[in-house]
Amino acid sequence: MKAKGRVFRYNNNVDTDVIIPARYLNTSDPKELAAHCMEDIDPDFVKNVKPGDIIVADRNFGCGSSREHAPIAIKASGVSCVIASTFARIFYRNAINIGLPILECEQAVKGIEAGDEVEVDFDTGIIRNLTKGTTFKARPFPEFMKKIMAADGLVNYIRTKNAGDGSPS
Amino acid sequence: MGMTMTQKILAAHAGLDRVEAGQLIEANLDLVLGNDITSPVAIREFEKMGANKVFHRSKVALVPDHFTPNKDIKAAEQCKCVREFAKKMEVENYFEVGEMGIEHCLLPEKGLVVPGDLVIGADSHTCTYGALGAFSTGVGSTDMAAGMATGKCWFKVPSAIKFVLKGKPQGWVSGKDIILHIIGMIGVDGALYKSMEFVGDGIQHISMDGRFTMANMAIEAGAKNGIFIVDEKTIEYVLNHSSKSWTVYEPDADAEYDEVYEIDLSKIRPTVAFPHLPDNTRTIDEVGDVEIDQVVIGSCTNGRMEDLRVAAKILKGRKVKKGVRVIVFPGTQKIYLDALKEGIIEQLIEAGAVVSTPTCGPCLGGHMGILAKGERAVATTNRNFVGRMGHTESEVYLASPAVAAASAVTGKITDPDTLLKAD
Repeated sequence: MKAKGRVFRYNNNVDTDVIIPARYLNTSDPKELAAHCMEDIDPDFVKNVKPGDIIVADRNFGCGSSREHAPIAIKASGVSCVIASTFARIFYRNAINIGLPILECEQAVKGIEAGDEVEVDFDTGIIRNLTKGTTFKARPFPEFMKKIMAADGLVNYIRTKNAGDGSPS
Repeated sequence: MGMTMTQKILAAHAGLDRVEAGQLIEANLDLVLGNDITSPVAIREFEKMGANKVFHRSKVALVPDHFTPNKDIKAAEQCKCVREFAKKMEVENYFEVGEMGIEHCLLPEKGLVVPGDLVIGADSHTCTYGALGAFSTGVGSTDMAAGMATGKCWFKVPSAIKFVLKGKPQGWVSGKDIILHIIGMIGVDGALYKSMEFVGDGIQHISMDGRFTMANMAIEAGAKNGIFIVDEKTIEYVLNHSSKSWTVYEPDADAEYDEVYEIDLSKIRPTVAFPHLPDNTRTIDEVGDVEIDQVVIGSCTNGRMEDLRVAAKILKGRKVKKGVRVIVFPGTQKIYLDALKEGIIEQLIEAGAVVSTPTCGPCLGGHMGILAKGERAVATTNRNFVGRMGHTESEVYLASPAVAAASAVTGKITDPDTLLKAD
């Protein structure tokens, strides 16, 4: 599983209120949420984001509210991966559960700028900055997380697993 | 090597004798919580999983509190979805407008959480119940869905930071000032993935309402949970609110902590978090001249009886500064009613405040008190992120009810002592 795209670069403590402001939480429709993704920190994000693009941020990405609408909005906007030095814990869980690939890699974060072209190999954890010609290594996902990502989220993973062995979980 | 309080609760709920930091476990849940924002997503996932009943009718709590009373048609649809699900699944702890409250004020009041419990909630401030010596943590909607279906959740066992609280808080210093002081000290990711364990003799001087405020804001330091040792005040609270049986867990003497902080509560000053992060703190003595347009007193952080009493004590017989809007929202219907009976509501209204029905409303910029461009609010809430309470160019200053009430009178961020001396 690979991702490749252009980078949107953010700083420390990007909170879920700026990822998807509460005024839009009267819906949970992914398309409607995506239309306002990052609006309060980067009003041009929605206009410029293309399928496959990558978000790179410093520490504590996704802090604040537990709203799963935040990773849902990012994923529905077409973003293929978020790379950060660290993630807030609820966002981390939510991203995996809905099948949005995320990687923690401080070196990569330091070596990537806005607009760089970046390629990520989730099987090996290799992050390539194609613009600068540099390579970084993040810890790859453990097996069960890879399966959740491949199934496009925890719920589909549980359903597929149950369909496979016929046993309820 | 011994275990922390949190580790002991997790081990007991995973059927294990011991656990250690970093270990992945699956644990049994005593309560699964959701609100009108997070539950509709969880219900959709619950149905996608093929689940047709909740694991236990009395161990699921659904509290429409964020955009209620329904603020618009979409919010009404979301609440309807939760209401219909609760009815279909025969969820015992569904709280409709009229019997509800802000979830984290309501659940302890209803006796649904007791010491030693393991609680997950699809709301980040679920960590509030750590005040009762329970392990409780915020999760997302998918985890809530899986929790409702199976009664289980997986956890990575956290390491912990120990806060040894000593001495007695002075003057107007409350739980809010203590937790803002701590967040200012360790930062908004200072306890990332970890437990914050509060121990020490100083705890006896912090009321249960103050402890709820402190545990509530553990998430603002990135923590997985905040938890207090259980003492006489905890037991008294539980006896007055719950008929559930409970278990007290104490940290082992040789439990391992990543860091230990000793905090002298007598040295803490009223503390304010400036925009746009809860760790951007200053003591009241360093605030300077900050004029304000709005004051918000309430929320899952500071919407309890003690908070309203403090606000009324300062506002009674005084007037809100002309041009300042003061919005008070009690945490639950019971708190509202008790405050009415005590005469607090009358005092607040006579001072010029507006009193709202319990709702999360303004705290997250939902409704009932949104800020325009360039406006400033002092709020007893928990977050002051960009755009949290309205326009992206508005500002939120986090403070205690005492500071908020004093600021309402002067129109700028004010030390309650200064106000009282000036009279």
